[in-house]
Amino acid sequence: MDLIDFIIICIKVVLVFAATMLAVMGMIYAERRISAFIQNRLGPNRVGPKGLFQPLADGLKFLMKEDIIPTAVNKPLYLLAPAMLLIPALMTFAVIPFGSSLTLFGRQISLQVANINIGVLYILALTSVGVYGIVLAGWSSNSKYPLLGGLRSSAQLISYELSMGLAIVAIVLMTGSLRLNDIVSSQQGHLFSWYVFKQPLAFLIFLIAVYAETNRLPFDLAEAEQELVGGYHTEYSSMKFAMFFMAEYANMITAAAFTVTLFFGGWDIPFVDEAAMGNWGALLSGIAFILKTAFFLFLYIWVRWTFPRFRYDQLMNLGWKVMLPLALLNIFITGGILTIIS
Amino acid sequence: MATVVTSYEPTFWDKLYIPALFQGLMLTLKHMFKKKVTIQYPDEKHVPPEGYRGLHRLNKYPDGRIRCVACEMCAAACPAHCIHIVPGPSPWEEGKERYPVRFDIDLLRCIFCGFCEMACPEKAIELTEIYDFADYSREGLWIDKAGLLEIYELTKDKNFYDNSNEE
Repeated sequence: MDLIDFIIICIKVVLVFAATMLAVMGMIYAERRISAFIQNRLGPNRVGPKGLFQPLADGLKFLMKEDIIPTAVNKPLYLLAPAMLLIPALMTFAVIPFGSSLTLFGRQISLQVANINIGVLYILALTSVGVYGIVLAGWSSNSKYPLLGGLRSSAQLISYELSMGLAIVAIVLMTGSLRLNDIVSSQQGHLFSWYVFKQPLAFLIFLIAVYAETNRLPFDLAEAEQELVGGYHTEYSSMKFAMFFMAEYANMITAAAFTVTLFFGGWDIPFVDEAAMGNWGALLSGIAFILKTAFFLFLYIWVRWTFPRFRYDQLMNLGWKVMLPLALLNIFITGGILTIIS
Repeated sequence: MATVVTSYEPTFWDKLYIPALFQGLMLTLKHMFKKKVTIQYPDEKHVPPEGYRGLHRLNKYPDGRIRCVACEMCAAACPAHCIHIVPGPSPWEEGKERYPVRFDIDLLRCIFCGFCEMACPEKAIELTEIYDFADYSREGLWIDKAGLLEIYELTKDKNFYDNSNEE
């Protein structure tokens, strides 16, 4: 690897980081506006054109607030927890391919930060690391409601990670690779080569599990405002609270991008050969990826403002008694069909 | 006869939940494109309907005389005791002989019940549709005769808020 390669990677890292943070801001705005629209309200429309600078104003407010550290907390862990949640959330995006390859000055640049051969495992591992942040935040706060929130969150994540992983196994069986690039390229061609059409059950299980993984409604038991005050981040204020907030949205963005990569052909535009179009193809594929991800982000908000929260026992029943057996069944069927075909 | 209670037995289709979830999503989607109910207050103002009981006014005859004869029926009817009248002889040649020298209403005490309006034999005191008259001081919410007559000029032939919306 020479210097130019290194510089290119640095640029990609900065670009992806900036894009994610921008998307986080966009999501905060979109969440408030769309929720308002669903409730026949207008939502924030005062700061800047159509209220577009509202997230900036919110960010500024967080920066200027007093940063309170309660006396009874376990200080090192209390300070570490927000970072432990935010860093994995931002790191996950590294392996997701967000476009086909670009050719600049005779150099082929793939639109992906790290093309590693265990991309799927990497994402699953990092999302699991994120739960440490939640548990530690809940525990180190030395307060009952955050602790309950943290416990709920860990129980929920363990239950749903299983079915999520098993749903992905079906995809991995069909692709024969854990590399996300291979998963995307195996979905190229016509529309029905997308895995959502080949694996509808896996998609459904994965989608539900992803909502539980990102602690979004209808599975936001970790921060159920009505029951737990604020959940695991009750004792946090100022920028540390904002970090939890950003981590939550960054997780959502990564999860949406992951869903698109696994089931909706990643950056693939159906019936279009991106490789033959050169740099324009790369640009179009990037736009296609962004649009697909945006749809899933919209779905997050849409679902949040439509469905009520699950009860704790309902959550566990759904996870262990419905989704896990279905995911296993799906693997059996997929494996059986693949064996018959080959 | 006993009533037969029939409980709904969920079918397999119901137990799938997916169609029901989809229905719910469609409902919220529909609401997303509906007309918004928000009134952006300082820019847009709610126009109260006819008969709204807001700020008071003192009516005048077309020739400019005050209708009030300072009979103090309104002050007597007022459950909050917020109307204070000082009567005196009328300065005008024709018409009634009595006339209010002072006519003060303590808006902080007023409960906007409209009894004064009903008690008035001369149709002199009336409640208008004006609702946003907040002030920073107690003194600012003490409205005198001049103030009440000014409100009459503002509201005599048009709805106060219809006008402010046109601007």
